[in-house]
Amino acid sequence: MGKYGKIAQLQEMLSSGEISCTELTKKYLSVIGKENGALNAYINVTADAALKTAAEVDKDIAAGKELAPLEGIPMALKDNISTKGMETTCCSKILGGYVPIYDATVWSVLKNQKAVLLGKTNMDEFAMGSSCETSCHGGAKNPHNLKRVAGGSSGGAASAVSGNLAAYALGSDTGGSIRQPASFCGAVGFKPTYGTVSRYGLIAYASSFDQIGPIASSVEDAARVYDVISVYDKMDSTSSGQKEPVLPALENDIRGKKIGIVKEYFDGVRSDVKEALLKAADVFRSLGAETVEFSMPSIHYSLPVYYILACAEASSNLGRYDGIRYGYQTEHYTSRNEMICKTRSEGFGAEVKRRILLGTYVLSSGYYDAYYKKAQDLRGAIVQAFDGAFSKCDVILAPTVPMTAFPENYAAKDPVETYQTDICTVPVNIAGLPAVSVPCGFGSDGMPVGMQILGPKFSESTVLNFANMYESAARETSFKDTGMGVSL
Amino acid sequence: MNYEVVCGLETHIELSTKTKIFCSCTTEFGGKPNTHCCPVCIGLPGTLPKLNKAVVEYAVMAGLATHCEINPDAKMDRKNYVYPDLPKAYQISQYDQPLCRHGYVELSNGRKIRLTRIHMEEDAGKLVHERGNTFIDYNRSGVPLIEIVSEPDIRSIDEAIEYVEKLQMIMRYIGISDCRMQEGSLRCDVNISVRPQGSTELGIRTEIKNMNSFSHMTKAMQYEIDRQIDLIESGEKVVQETRRYNEGTGCTEGMRGKEDADDYRYFREPDLVAVRVTDDMVKKTKAKMPEDPQKRLHRFVNDYGLTEGDAQMLIEHRRIADYFEKAANGVKNTRTVVNCITGPIFARIKDESEKDSFNINIPPENLSALVRLFDEGKIRKNQLKSTLEKMLDSGKPASAFLSEKDLAGISAEDLKKLCAQAIHANPNAAKDYLGGKQKAVKALVGAVMKATRGRANPQEAEKILISLIGQ
Repeated sequence: MGKYGKIAQLQEMLSSGEISCTELTKKYLSVIGKENGALNAYINVTADAALKTAAEVDKDIAAGKELAPLEGIPMALKDNISTKGMETTCCSKILGGYVPIYDATVWSVLKNQKAVLLGKTNMDEFAMGSSCETSCHGGAKNPHNLKRVAGGSSGGAASAVSGNLAAYALGSDTGGSIRQPASFCGAVGFKPTYGTVSRYGLIAYASSFDQIGPIASSVEDAARVYDVISVYDKMDSTSSGQKEPVLPALENDIRGKKIGIVKEYFDGVRSDVKEALLKAADVFRSLGAETVEFSMPSIHYSLPVYYILACAEASSNLGRYDGIRYGYQTEHYTSRNEMICKTRSEGFGAEVKRRILLGTYVLSSGYYDAYYKKAQDLRGAIVQAFDGAFSKCDVILAPTVPMTAFPENYAAKDPVETYQTDICTVPVNIAGLPAVSVPCGFGSDGMPVGMQILGPKFSESTVLNFANMYESAARETSFKDTGMGVSL
Repeated sequence: MNYEVVCGLETHIELSTKTKIFCSCTTEFGGKPNTHCCPVCIGLPGTLPKLNKAVVEYAVMAGLATHCEINPDAKMDRKNYVYPDLPKAYQISQYDQPLCRHGYVELSNGRKIRLTRIHMEEDAGKLVHERGNTFIDYNRSGVPLIEIVSEPDIRSIDEAIEYVEKLQMIMRYIGISDCRMQEGSLRCDVNISVRPQGSTELGIRTEIKNMNSFSHMTKAMQYEIDRQIDLIESGEKVVQETRRYNEGTGCTEGMRGKEDADDYRYFREPDLVAVRVTDDMVKKTKAKMPEDPQKRLHRFVNDYGLTEGDAQMLIEHRRIADYFEKAANGVKNTRTVVNCITGPIFARIKDESEKDSFNINIPPENLSALVRLFDEGKIRKNQLKSTLEKMLDSGKPASAFLSEKDLAGISAEDLKKLCAQAIHANPNAAKDYLGGKQKAVKALVGAVMKATRGRANPQEAEKILISLIGQ
């Protein structure tokens, strides 16, 4: 297919015998051994299991079997995706030593295809953060500049893909956790429509927002992975699956299609980022698409709505970590209550505690109506605003983040300021829409800038079609290989 | 002063679906600790609930049987609280959109106890204290429950007991729960207050938690009524609080006051979609449901000529009522069918649970055939009884024990011959009778009955014997 598809290229190499899956896997494991120390992208490398799968893939190839779409491709999973028999901790001390007894649906789908899992990637603790630095293992670094963060929460996944330590990775996106680190690291991050990818086995942060999706080095790769993982799952009541594969739609003509430019998405956006976006709009126009400008004032409510509802759900989802059944338990205690209190005080990091407290507060009797209920009502208003917007255009073009990758420790200084950097990513999660972040150039600091293309529910093929057309036209100026990791 | 009791009940009933409410684990009672569990019902990170359709159907049946409206916009909510037997730290329940609303249960005195709501929820696990340690058994975790909340319409202990008995009867009848208080498949919380007779204002209420038998419930309510009246009479105030009944002392004790009440931080369960019960589903469920027991009782009295007491005895257990209807089919002496069931058959049933399942080794058609023989005068009452016992012993039909000859009856001529033979064989008996010993004829009747193996009509035989002796 397209010339930037790494997965297709690797599979071609595997099936032609140019390289064996074992050799390819060893190559990845070897660069992980060398470079992960600097990137901190992986927090757990599963070399033995990877090599075992690789050997099975080699058998398939030797037997002349046709490879499954993602068979033999070395990849990584964010540490909040449950893997049977492999520690899964959400990079939190409180889940230290927790080994799931079942596989997340996405992983069992990939496992059946003999995807080669290299390891679990670093993330903000329980996916709460925008820099990956709330991880109990310290943050993942940005392969474009090791002094910058990889972003969050799926920072390890983006860092691994951008640093070529994995062909692709699965992350999760609750308020931007796939798209923001992809933008920071110059990778493609795709957050599908809520419900298209099963959440079964994804350790919950905020259940009505969480969605699994791929981080890849091209739109084509993201589409290829999405087509495999977007299956209906009876274990997830909110699961819908995706009816049509998206891959065949990637090169559809976009001439005459309309791209919405929403004023509010550009409020407070750094000028160099804005400039990159405007250039991207030019590229789309040169491809024959039209741009229409309009306003969506309710976008401004997105941040409080998101933080109130997500924290409310989180406060409930994280109640189960009490040290009784699994994970961390405090050493010294004299009563059950003291054990639970100390376990939680010692096991959770500051950002997680902040969100649990905030969420508990907004659900408390006496405050529920003023916060939780109001936020729910506004969620409905934002959904409606998007419905209105998509009557004017096919997709919306917006920055992914108002800036480029933060310097280290930026996020820890002022949590509210950091929350504000999520302004461009959270609206999509509030409305359950699909959005892809694609590299669209570089900021004045030389760091990658990402643009988002968002569409109505279940419009993944349209969204990825626009992204792919842009990438085909402008990859040379918008994308830069980091020169790290495995080079093909 | 005279006081009036004002009481409302919250009744938890365990549904007898085969599998749990949010996963496919068995709901079977007992089992080694933590063997009826899976990642979902022990709330492992990343697991998601999936609502069991049978639970919704059972809850709809409970609603329909208690004259409730079925809410077309029901949803599930999370009730957050921390306790080790609750592995997710929240119970999935229903808060502001319960499945059923606005029903009632009618008592024998004609009063209707209104139901506020019926909602679905999951049970928690169980803490087991052993060897100085506390262990947790999650076998019960995720077992489906319904909570039936009444309005404060109950006015006496007797009404409260009858209300629970009625609920028990209804739920057993429609087959959604065995409602056994001892095993915990039915438990009640009693909200109770008193007020001066004639007053329309509600008094301050207390809630007595977890009543697990009628005798405890009676004692707890009586204690609480007396306690509240004493407080009021002595000029003190009843405090709104949750209390527990101490079985040892027979007293209720304060557990926690209103200000210590938990804040459950209810919110919509985001892992589940709305519970949409369509009119069509309601219609289909209705069609599947057995006849309303109250209506059936009236029908038994009117159509089968049973006394209300007999009818009640049959109605209490649906399988018994079904059995009766089949057995009474084509029978004239329907009372005899009742007597067969409540006599010899009940004598072989150990307890209530066996009445519930009513696995009797003789099919109702066979009982029907037996009673019809009696209807037709082919067998006598004592034969009916002894044959029924033999049928129950062996599971075989009546025909296995009654020969053609038995069923053919005795002709008048034969009977006369047999009577003459009896007198001839017992000359002393006839003499005694003639000498004024009226009872002596009974010995002769006995001889005739023996000779006919009970087939003869003893009154008839006696008449013939007396006339023969007189000749």
